[in-house]
Amino acid sequence: MRDVSIIGIGITKFGELWDKSLRELGLETGLSAINDAGITSKDIDALYIGNMAAGSTLQQEHVSALMADYCGLTNNHVPATRVEAASASGGLALRQAYMAIAGGFIDIAVVGGAEKMTDVSDSESSYTVSMGSDEQWESKAGATFASLHAMIAQSHISEYGTTREEMSAVSSKNHYHASMNPMAQFPFKISSEAVSNSGIVSSPLRMLDCAPNSDGAAAVVLCASEKSSKYTKKAIKIIGSGQASDTLSLHHRKYLNRMPAIGIAAKRAFESCGKKPKDLDLIEIHDNFTISEIIALEEIGIFKRGEAGAKILDGETKLGGKIPVNTSGGLKARGHAPGATGIAQVVEIVQQLRGEAGDRQVKNAKIGMVENHGGTAATAVVHILEGE
Amino acid sequence: MSVPRFWRELDTRYNLIGSYCKLTKTYHFPRRSFDPDVGRESIGTMEDYQFKGTGDVINCTVVHQAQTGYEMFGPYCMAIIKLDEGPKITSQIVDCNPKTVKPGMKVKAVFRKLGEDSESGILHYGTKFILKEIPQIEDDNESLSNIEL
Repeated sequence: MRDVSIIGIGITKFGELWDKSLRELGLETGLSAINDAGITSKDIDALYIGNMAAGSTLQQEHVSALMADYCGLTNNHVPATRVEAASASGGLALRQAYMAIAGGFIDIAVVGGAEKMTDVSDSESSYTVSMGSDEQWESKAGATFASLHAMIAQSHISEYGTTREEMSAVSSKNHYHASMNPMAQFPFKISSEAVSNSGIVSSPLRMLDCAPNSDGAAAVVLCASEKSSKYTKKAIKIIGSGQASDTLSLHHRKYLNRMPAIGIAAKRAFESCGKKPKDLDLIEIHDNFTISEIIALEEIGIFKRGEAGAKILDGETKLGGKIPVNTSGGLKARGHAPGATGIAQVVEIVQQLRGEAGDRQVKNAKIGMVENHGGTAATAVVHILEGE
Repeated sequence: MSVPRFWRELDTRYNLIGSYCKLTKTYHFPRRSFDPDVGRESIGTMEDYQFKGTGDVINCTVVHQAQTGYEMFGPYCMAIIKLDEGPKITSQIVDCNPKTVKPGMKVKAVFRKLGEDSESGILHYGTKFILKEIPQIEDDNESLSNIEL
């Protein structure tokens, strides 16, 4: 196996990007990642695209060829592959490229994630998101994606005494971080009280516990580490990668207040590089709902089960705290464009490890983790990145 | 939902038909071709089983932002129910004030309309659940508009 490095990054602002199409978003980020890496289109051996829902939201499948075409890669007939695993599509696309390079099949790949969620009504985009759970036995029975996470939260509250204030602290902290991220959809602070008093979506979850359905795109350029010095001096190495699955339906799990796929994917990623939770300097977590961030931190082993909420409330995961989490603003405040989210998380960690994160820079950041999951964590993918 | 798809799922949706594994003596819902705990050893040992339709609420939530197609029901109660035979199922609990549903309550299956494709489209029917004992509340309409959360 060869080492793999990230040599270029690109990202759009997330939000309601009504003036831009999926292909424009893809091209914009692809170009900035290629420019950042210092490569040309002739250097690209393969393209991987993370996209969840173009078929449902845009009536467009075959997004891989679409992106290759509009990024000018079809003259060289560059192989393009779309990867789909609901909101984990981006992270999974990264892992496919990582494995192809580590395995020696190719040297350089561009991995892009792109999604348009606001070309359809709120009701349609919400239903599209719930397709990441079991459409037949959850969504069709009336369960919204939020209602499944509401039951996860309720179960966590009953077992561990997790409080409203702790969940609100997650959202408030992520908004604080986003206030320093110019690419964030909601770059402003929101108080914990505002989260606690926002409209009820599905008890106990409120509006400001839930990530938005956004438009956005992000891209990274991956290169075999042995060849990266030819292009850049600021390569960031992918030292660990892990993936895991679980039952698609929440109700088939033994514990409603756990997300074991995240823990197992993280364990596999840690084992692949010999690192431990205490070695991490910062993490991007898939906070599609505030409760998800609490549970994911417990699954990864940052905090003991039932203790993450209190630690978050104490500020341990805030910028300047012990282990900053979601310095980008997370899904809640940077925005959540399902296929792009997993790549946007990686872009944030790369910026941090390069020391280019501006006001939200984590001091002396050397090792960062990215946790990306789909559905109620029926797919989880975790990567560990190290600066050089 | 397409007509063939709905037709294919009729048994399961209308009558709570799942599977019983004769090898491990366990029940599964919905139907499974084999028992995931023992894999292909159980192929051929699975037989259809009609669940009694009784069980306990494991967890529940009051949905205020309704699922597409469920807007007319809101706010409504969604729950994860453990059937007496063992498997769990996600379903709506109806015919009660949604905020009165609590974990541990006994429920039973009823046959209800799930939704419709359009005014002229097919109607979808299926299983929902009701509380075995309805808690006493004064004025249903009034309490519905004053749900405490």
